[in-house]
Amino acid sequence: MWVAFKWVLKRDLMLAVRGPSEVLTTLMFFIIVVSLFPLGVGPERETLMEIASGVVWVAALLASMLSLGRLFSSDYEDGSLEQLVLAAHPLPVLVLGKIVAHWLVSGLPLVLVSPVLGLQLGLDGETLAVLILSLLLGTPVLSLIGAVGAGLTLGLRGGGVLLSLLVLPLYIPVLVFGAGAVEAVRSGLEAQAHLSLLGAFLVLSVMLAPWAAASALRISLD
Amino acid sequence: MRLFSKDFWFQFASPKTFYPFAGKLIPWFAGVAAVLTLVGLYIGFFVAPVDYQQGNSYRVMFIHVPAAWMSMFIYVVMCAYAALGLVLNTRLSDMMAAALAPTGAMFTFVALWTGALWGRPTWGTYWVWDARLTSELILLFLYLGYMALRSAIDDPRRASRASGLLALVGVINVPIIYFSVKWWNTLHQGASVSLTSAPTMAKTMFAAMIVMTFAFWAYAIAVALYRVRLIILERERHARWVVELAERER
Amino acid sequence: MNELTCFRGDRRLFAGLGFAVEAGQVLHVSGPNGAGKTTLLRILCGLTLPESGEVRWRGQPIGELKEEYAREVLYLGHLNGLKAELTPVENLMAWAALHGFELDEDAILDALAAMALRGIDDLPVKVLSQGQKRRVALARLLLGRQPLWILDEPFVALDRHAVGVLERAIETHLDGGGLVVLTTHQAFTLAAGRLCELALGG
Repeated sequence: MWVAFKWVLKRDLMLAVRGPSEVLTTLMFFIIVVSLFPLGVGPERETLMEIASGVVWVAALLASMLSLGRLFSSDYEDGSLEQLVLAAHPLPVLVLGKIVAHWLVSGLPLVLVSPVLGLQLGLDGETLAVLILSLLLGTPVLSLIGAVGAGLTLGLRGGGVLLSLLVLPLYIPVLVFGAGAVEAVRSGLEAQAHLSLLGAFLVLSVMLAPWAAASALRISLD
Repeated sequence: MRLFSKDFWFQFASPKTFYPFAGKLIPWFAGVAAVLTLVGLYIGFFVAPVDYQQGNSYRVMFIHVPAAWMSMFIYVVMCAYAALGLVLNTRLSDMMAAALAPTGAMFTFVALWTGALWGRPTWGTYWVWDARLTSELILLFLYLGYMALRSAIDDPRRASRASGLLALVGVINVPIIYFSVKWWNTLHQGASVSLTSAPTMAKTMFAAMIVMTFAFWAYAIAVALYRVRLIILERERHARWVVELAERER
Repeated sequence: MNELTCFRGDRRLFAGLGFAVEAGQVLHVSGPNGAGKTTLLRILCGLTLPESGEVRWRGQPIGELKEEYAREVLYLGHLNGLKAELTPVENLMAWAALHGFELDEDAILDALAAMALRGIDDLPVKVLSQGQKRRVALARLLLGRQPLWILDEPFVALDRHAVGVLERAIETHLDGGGLVVLTTHQAFTLAAGRLCELALGG
């Protein structure tokens, strides 16, 4: 079973390496959105510092969501998804493999670039560390929850926008605690509670989301 | 005794039997709704005393609070029907979920709008990001998402199963979302006047709210039954009993 | 003994179908376009749930068998199920891993050669022609170990040589006690006595 997991992961990573444009566009979107805020709000250091946690987090949310449309769509179009559903291994495990590959390619780059963006908005030191940590815990949750939405909206017209409408309300708890963690540390408080909750969300979604996404895929392929 | 036999109740799981049954129930619930609304509004607007803090403007609460309660209650019921439909594969459960969604969304919208009406004279602004209003807003998005997914899928079976799964995911998330928003709100708001933090509610105020809640509940049932009959006719339009019904109506 | 039984009724496309396929038999599903042939095949795979009725493999409903049943089925639908950016070899190795067995590269190259595909094993699938892509997908039939083949229009866009290879593969498969369910518009030759017909639609 884990052999198949590794194969799915390996295959998706190989595909990402051979077609990196999709990866880069997600990252560029993230960077551009964050850069828009000073342009929209004004370059005052104080203001930017106050909104930094929210801005980086919302941008990560949106970038994550944008990349979700591609999670299953190419497999759906070339028939690989059918073969995956008919594989001799539990579908949730295979779906988890795809989600992990997706996160490594779309989520992890955001985490790695975030400190640079945080600096741009005036954050420093411990705050940046918490920013990275919160995104490290939170972006996998976004990928996991988003996979359920992506599975439900496979092949539908208006797919991307519909996916956003379905998935953004579910993202709110992650946003609240993720941005909250950064904001807490910036104000000199502890972020342990926030980060623990994010960790709990991660565990919960790893247990439940692959199963729900697999059901969604079966429903969409029916 | 017929009432105690399982078959008596299970027959209502069939759209064909449920259709006329629902039709008979609608006028009763509509009537109850109308009467209770009149009573509730009378108590709320004429009998309940003027609030020493907020004057008369608080009276919109008699619509706001019951609407908010109904919006949440209907969401849970809708998700229960959706889950039943998904697990037991019964068409009628799913049709009930579809019938309830627009009514639930409407109550959410009413709750938000009356919340704004209450907010203006009380806080000076039409909108505040307090925990309840923000949760209502998110609930509205959940309703709209459910309805949008349904309407985006042409195949009725995929539509019902997909929206059923979405409802299940939503209902698991609702407590988490509510908890997150509450936490977020206490952190950022500081001293805020909450709609339910009225120190003591006069008995008449409470009575009015309860009456209006039941009024809305009866209304929701009536409207949902009416809507589900339309959905039944549309989904089962190839069934013989529907064709015969249409012939008779002609 | 391998046996596939099927009872199902789906109001929209077909109703009250019932049939059984045994080891060494081919079930040819025929009918005009839109009669539900593809849907029937997808129901047999377990991709689509029938409105009523069930599919049984060796006497057990496939809904209960789940992965055990999936392990025994080789499905080839309209789509090839190949990733365009990967080479045929990579595609087939991944496919084998997903379906529970290992393949070494030599076996894959032999199968590709049998399908008249030589020298393309390093190329990504996207540069191959339609016919070549289809033949890569069909190479699965030469490599797979599953007893039940469910093939949707396998002969489309194949030249005579490839059709011959495919027919021989089916015969060999049947000799070994396998079962085949397929749809095709083309006439194909098979020893009588092994062929069952199921006509849909009309």
